[in-house]
Amino acid sequence: MSVRLYDVHKTFGDKEVLKGFSIEVREGETVSIIGASGAGKSVALKHIVGLIRPDQGEVWVDGENVGRLSQEELYALRREVGYVFQFAALFDSMTIGENVGMGLRRIPGMSPRKIADRVGECLGLVDLDGFEGRYPSEISGGQRKRVGLARAIATQPKYLLYDEPTTGLDPVTTAVIGELIARMRKELGVTGIVITHDMTSAFRISDRIAMLYDGTVRMEGTPEEIRTARDPVVKGFVEGRPDLLEEVP
Amino acid sequence: MSASVLRSVQAMGGVVLSAVSSVGRAGYLAVGAGRAMRKWSIWGPHLFGQMAKIGVDSLPIALFIAAFTGIVLALQASYTFTGAIPLYFVGSLVGKTMILELGPVLTGLALSGRVGANIAAEIGTMKVTEQVDALETLAYDPNAYLVVPRVVAGAVMFPAVVLLASGLGVAAGWATSLILLDMSSPAFLKGLRLFFESWDVWFSVIKSVTFGITVTSVGCFFGLHTSGGAAGVGRSTTQSVVVSSMIILVLDAFWAAVLL
Repeated sequence: MSVRLYDVHKTFGDKEVLKGFSIEVREGETVSIIGASGAGKSVALKHIVGLIRPDQGEVWVDGENVGRLSQEELYALRREVGYVFQFAALFDSMTIGENVGMGLRRIPGMSPRKIADRVGECLGLVDLDGFEGRYPSEISGGQRKRVGLARAIATQPKYLLYDEPTTGLDPVTTAVIGELIARMRKELGVTGIVITHDMTSAFRISDRIAMLYDGTVRMEGTPEEIRTARDPVVKGFVEGRPDLLEEVP
Repeated sequence: MSASVLRSVQAMGGVVLSAVSSVGRAGYLAVGAGRAMRKWSIWGPHLFGQMAKIGVDSLPIALFIAAFTGIVLALQASYTFTGAIPLYFVGSLVGKTMILELGPVLTGLALSGRVGANIAAEIGTMKVTEQVDALETLAYDPNAYLVVPRVVAGAVMFPAVVLLASGLGVAAGWATSLILLDMSSPAFLKGLRLFFESWDVWFSVIKSVTFGITVTSVGCFFGLHTSGGAAGVGRSTTQSVVVSSMIILVLDAFWAAVLL
């Protein structure tokens, strides 16, 4: 069981966002994809669940070529993948409980009682016990991200995809979300792919880190390898030094 | 070839490509929604909520428009007929016009603003805030969850709203004839019955069903193709109202040519 993207190309209008992006994530691993804003990280992530189809290249999840799946097969695959959106993407007309239970209602044999129990359990995992009856507009940005995570894990997926889970959060909430991601891997054993700008979290939670630059993977390695990289692009990004990027042809 | 001619050709080509692409996307949505009809377990639970939102909540504006239209029709008919045609023809004109034309078309146009704009704004906001993507990742077909219940509710509720509005328009014309035109009820009813055919009501229902499908599906189409944040939602909402109003008027002419 793994996620593999081979030579993925994707163009929007006249902008080629991905130019042969390839990565493999093995079972049980947590891999972070870092890169500048607009580099195409979220685009790469959306390919994994078939929200975006590649112009060229292949995406394999669990041994299935995502591009060749029928709609029903794709929905079956998506039940194995939890997706945490950058701005949570909670359904604002629904309560927190209904949001978290959405995926569960698609599973045959799930009674309302079982759904309610599982919703409570997932909200407990993200430290939001008793929030079932509230609406997304009544909670903070950090809590919304945690609800998004609870919704993603409710169906007990094999894979969790996190799209900038800590962007826009204060340092304490950022650390809390980082802890939650680490817990998901430890307690649930899921394979994780994290899109992030937050290098502190990336170094703490990742087994490997890949840097996306100019549509391809510029460097891939362990957190230590990335931390000590000499490539000016990687070093400039990791250390927040734009002067190093100016040296890149 | 001069640069300005080239630019004009390029612009025209862009417009044609955009139109062809829109038709293709509309076809894709229609096929997707058709397939999603099978997924009753997804759209069924939302149908009654949408029927209430699209039909019941639209009644006040539809009835308001119909009542005043009926009043104006009676007054204008009396103004035109006085001295030339017997006044009981006021009943004929009010009845025929309300049922065949003004009831369905004015209600359709009003609801393209109220219902179509609401659908485009709601789904458009869901689209730009990634809620539609979230539905997909939770294994919900957005066509089944968002499009089908709205289109079915539109097809069912538009005729009901139109029939009630047409009925109220005729009643308002009748009341106006009694109160302001010194006509008697038997005279108004004589005119009303003179040219009434039950087929007129079926004609009105058929038109209304197609208007309902048009307004809701156009709203869903522009909502699902929204991009560009709040400005994009505003653009989709406007486009939805403009396009559905135009299609309603084209359909109105089409049904008149085909069915009458």
